[in-house]
Amino acid sequence: MQELTADAAIELREIDKSFGSVHAVRGASLRVERGSITGIVGENGAGKSTLMSILYGLHLADAGEILVDGRPVEMASPRDAIGHGIGMVHQHFMLVDSFTVLENLILGAEGGALLAAGLASARGELARLSGEYGLAVDPDARVADLSVGEQQRVEILKVLLRGARILILDEPSAVLTPQETDRLLQILRLLRDRGVTVVLITHKLREILAVTDKVIVMRRGEVVAERRTAETGAEELAELMVGRKVRFDLDKAPARRGETMLAAWHLSLVDGRGVRLLDDISLEVRSGEIVGIAGVSGNGQTELLQVLSGIRPPTGGEMEVCRRKVDAAHPVDPAEMRDLGVAHVPEDRLRQGLVPAFLASETSILGYQDREPFCHNYLMDGPAVGKYCADLMERFDVRPRTPGLRSANFSGGNQQKLILAREMARNPKVLLVGQPTRGVDIGAIEFIRRELIKSRDAGCAVLVVSVELEEILSLADRILVMFGGRIVGEVAAGEADERTLGLMMAGARAA
Amino acid sequence: MEETLTLVVATLAATLRVATPLVLCAMGGLFSEKSGIIDVGLEGKMLMAAFFAAATASLTGSAWAGVGAAILAAEVLALLHGFACVTHRGNQVVSGIAINILAMGLTVVLGAAWFGRGGQTPPLAAAERLNPIFFPVAGDNVLVYVALLSVPFAWWVIERTRFGLRLRAVGEVPLAVDAAGISVSGLRYRAVLICGLFAGLAGAYLSIAQNAGFSRDMTAGQGFIALAAIIFGRWRPMPAFGACLAFGLLDSIAIRLQGVKLPGVGEVPVQLIQAMPYLLTLFLLAGFIGRTVAPKAAGVPYEKEH
Repeated sequence: MQELTADAAIELREIDKSFGSVHAVRGASLRVERGSITGIVGENGAGKSTLMSILYGLHLADAGEILVDGRPVEMASPRDAIGHGIGMVHQHFMLVDSFTVLENLILGAEGGALLAAGLASARGELARLSGEYGLAVDPDARVADLSVGEQQRVEILKVLLRGARILILDEPSAVLTPQETDRLLQILRLLRDRGVTVVLITHKLREILAVTDKVIVMRRGEVVAERRTAETGAEELAELMVGRKVRFDLDKAPARRGETMLAAWHLSLVDGRGVRLLDDISLEVRSGEIVGIAGVSGNGQTELLQVLSGIRPPTGGEMEVCRRKVDAAHPVDPAEMRDLGVAHVPEDRLRQGLVPAFLASETSILGYQDREPFCHNYLMDGPAVGKYCADLMERFDVRPRTPGLRSANFSGGNQQKLILAREMARNPKVLLVGQPTRGVDIGAIEFIRRELIKSRDAGCAVLVVSVELEEILSLADRILVMFGGRIVGEVAAGEADERTLGLMMAGARAA
Repeated sequence: MEETLTLVVATLAATLRVATPLVLCAMGGLFSEKSGIIDVGLEGKMLMAAFFAAATASLTGSAWAGVGAAILAAEVLALLHGFACVTHRGNQVVSGIAINILAMGLTVVLGAAWFGRGGQTPPLAAAERLNPIFFPVAGDNVLVYVALLSVPFAWWVIERTRFGLRLRAVGEVPLAVDAAGISVSGLRYRAVLICGLFAGLAGAYLSIAQNAGFSRDMTAGQGFIALAAIIFGRWRPMPAFGACLAFGLLDSIAIRLQGVKLPGVGEVPVQLIQAMPYLLTLFLLAGFIGRTVAPKAAGVPYEKEH
């Protein structure tokens, strides 16, 4: 046994963890070899993040054993993990925005009661690490002023500065442009070559195949497979993750573009503090086409959807929605938009798409609750709503098919299907969709994308905003790229590739 | 000329006298708020401290025993606040208000039971009070100097020490502090206790330094004004100190202006002058403070998943 574990930096044995009634990790065992890059893949909710949080001491396992360098250890808190040389870069950065890079770096390892000495030695260490691993950042910059890619570098530096020899990264590329992702993968390779053990949690197979030595696949809380990266491929991994065959390519007919249903000219949005969130946005969406808006999260896409759906009035420019003019002086509220034939599937389904405490049946009519047949003379017709919801659930394959269950108790994918069902059921003329498949499992992703294409083929004008480039590429007939509140480029779907789009997303203008 | 000078000096001295409890309270509140714990209960802590300071000084004859009792009383309430907000992740504003109500009621009930003077404590003799050190007229007792020193001290602790760095971090992104292996609860309890210490000193100042005994509701909203000073000061010690002085100045001018006829205006109603600090508080809170400067996690209990 001792020989077996000798070269393992980490070994997990029969780890089990439940949150209330949710059995998140079921008897998972795995080994991570020293000086390698190991990928852990799985769908959302497969338990990969939970398993790593247990390894990092953020959660306590209900059962099981953790071995570091072959010795069983207790991981009661992140302090223990740090003590054993384990560092974690979280999906949501654990950085204090108002602090400088140096202040963030020393937080928790200040090296004495007074800061001055710690800051000085961190400055020196930073210079050394920057050189050694190509992790350049300005030590005196405020974190809030850094790009997302740079913030991530600060996170990695923070971990290295604490002397970590084992680095866990949780969905590190979720917020990066393709170029920034490539840069990250280079850094990871360099780290491995200098002897650091890397564990990469992701659901993006491209990164797994590009950088890892070994892949561990998780499904429903269990470790279901382990492969040498060189001996596997995207199809096999996807199948292992989902448990059945998955088709990546959606076959869709060419768009049959009709008349313009949604158009905007020089739209702008300036907030109360004078920050320009949207700047000179002009676009049109015709019936029978899907227009995709690509961009790194936080470049104005959210605000654009808010303006187009009537949640916020524009501060400048005008738009025409189903032949109705809208501008700063003539705003339209979301209810009027709905009457005009605009349906909106918001980006943030838990805050804007549904009320988690409401029943599924209530979610299925939210926004339409004052219409026949759900409501007569100010009174809700419960049975009619329930029947309507059951109908939608059948058509959109929402599981479980229980209109009386609280919305919060459905999985992300099924919540999204329910919202999509609500918005698509009325055959809208314009369909605005934000992040259609964020936090949705692979099976549901396929279904949702097919429904969007069906809706397009039925003559709806569809606008999809997504930070997943792969999603935009597979859905859209035309692609607009947003950066810094502006549209910086337009590409026809056939001519688009990840590289050019990625450059535009990073702010480099199209030629 | 000499008369004007005397007036200016007297006004400045009055300003400092009035501002002292505000400064102490504001510095205490600053520590609490920086850690992410909103302290609406400053008022209650100060009131309770004022009562126990006067009661203890009166019973023991020692001003320093009074100061000790004041700190102890404020710390008990601070721990209560910590227990409700940190340990049990309760609503911080509700807990603060509860502490204010508790202090308001308890001081009067205990005062009536122990001394039978309608909630007041017996008047304190000079030996039972903190007396001026250098300038008898100015009222420069030891707590005035403590308040003045507390400002650079607070700045230094918050900006230059490990504790300060962690304190600022826990008020912004407690999850980051937890992930760095530092106890969020531990930091917040320490911040709340520091706040109690300062509120205790402020209370002692009111009843055994500035005045010669406790009278009911003697804090008269000064805890809230201190809170406002923290906000005007954008959660920084020096500007908060400036705001406290501005309030003190306004108050001391108000006292000077009572009964004075101003040219062209006539006699300014006393009520209006007395309302000035409170009006200024409202005015500034409503319009002049950016929303983005408060510690991001202030008021938000830290929920750790298990």
